[in-house]
Amino acid sequence: MRRPGRDDDPDRLYTVTGGRSRSGSDTFDLVTLVVSESEPVAGMQSEYAEILRICRSPTAVVEVASLLGLPVSIVRILLADLHAQGRITARHPRTGESADELPDPEILKQVLVGLRNLTPER
Amino acid sequence: MDSATSHRNGETDARPPLGSKAANGLKIVVVGGFGVGKTTMVKSVSDIRPLNTEETMTRAGEGIDDPSQVEEKTTTTIAFDFGRISLDATTVLYLFGAPGQERFWFLWDSLFRGTLGAVVLVDTRRLADSWYAIDRLEQRGTPFIVARNDFGGPRHSETQVREALDLSEGVPVVECDARSRGSSRDVLVALVDHLYTLASSAAEARRSST
Ligand SMILES: Nc1nc2c(ncn2[C@@H]2O[C@H](COP(=O)(O)OP(=O)(O)OP(=O)(O)O)[C@@H](O)[C@H]2O)c(=O)[nH]1
Ligand SMILES: [Mg+2]
Repeated sequence: MRRPGRDDDPDRLYTVTGGRSRSGSDTFDLVTLVVSESEPVAGMQSEYAEILRICRSPTAVVEVASLLGLPVSIVRILLADLHAQGRITARHPRTGESADELPDPEILKQVLVGLRNLTPER
Repeated sequence: MDSATSHRNGETDARPPLGSKAANGLKIVVVGGFGVGKTTMVKSVSDIRPLNTEETMTRAGEGIDDPSQVEEKTTTTIAFDFGRISLDATTVLYLFGAPGQERFWFLWDSLFRGTLGAVVLVDTRRLADSWYAIDRLEQRGTPFIVARNDFGGPRHSETQVREALDLSEGVPVVECDARSRGSSRDVLVALVDHLYTLASSAAEARRSST
């Protein structure tokens, strides 16, 4: 048995985000680290308040989504709102090259050092 | 839901916070067929108990021949799990366990954008389960290695695995036991080593072409 020939058909499905524009929220990668710049205020919608509490220490977008129990796409929109209000800052991933290109060898070297430092046992 | 993962419900104490200097989130994706050991591998190396989250996508109807018909939209929700490893004060590596089946491809573009690379986890008893994932990775140009997770099935030589998967020559194939932290770490090291080789020769080629 062998993997059959490549299917070169372009994908015909496409995604749409209902309701709101994606611009702005696109800047939040799954691993963008979010940091609160202010405390929740009285009367704030609970999800916003919860995000501000979670992000007192840097927290990735995907972790925020998991902790809130909300889909990532929704969380991106909430984060964009908070960002526009200056209540959070975002630390975006730096791989040294534009997305989808090979990362900077220096960063990879750093990753290797960190991985090799992991003990085989906890 | 997989019992090896958790979400919500005050599990925050099981989640050591990142240091205040954490600034660079990197990602690696572990992809493979059902039950191949993705969650197990993420769990073995993660600093936190793997978390689970969802992505929803609304897909517009395709192949609409009858313009009078209202375009149909369906919303699909898919779950994926992830863990993280703090590599140093500023760098955090996120590991995603992603289903490799065809109907989940739409998640991949979101997961794979900006990813360092991928581990294709295979069970040698079910190699065909990873064909689709490998096709997608090749199409995207995402570098990957293949890790064979030993479930005690019949022994295949590396050559047999390479042939069945139609792997390009440079793609490393390693063996692993996803339940072992040391073994899972070694898989990640093998991937990043491979990426380093690719990235340095690309950088070299750029330098000599100018
Ligand atoms: N013998 C053996 N069993 C393993 C190994 N890795 C995982 N398993 C077992 O295989 C089962 C499935 O592992 P999971 O990690 O849940 O697999 P998965 O790919 O996340 O599965 P889905 O998310 O359901 O697609 C579990 O019972 C694991 O304990 C391995 O290296 N050897
Ligand atoms: Mg799983």
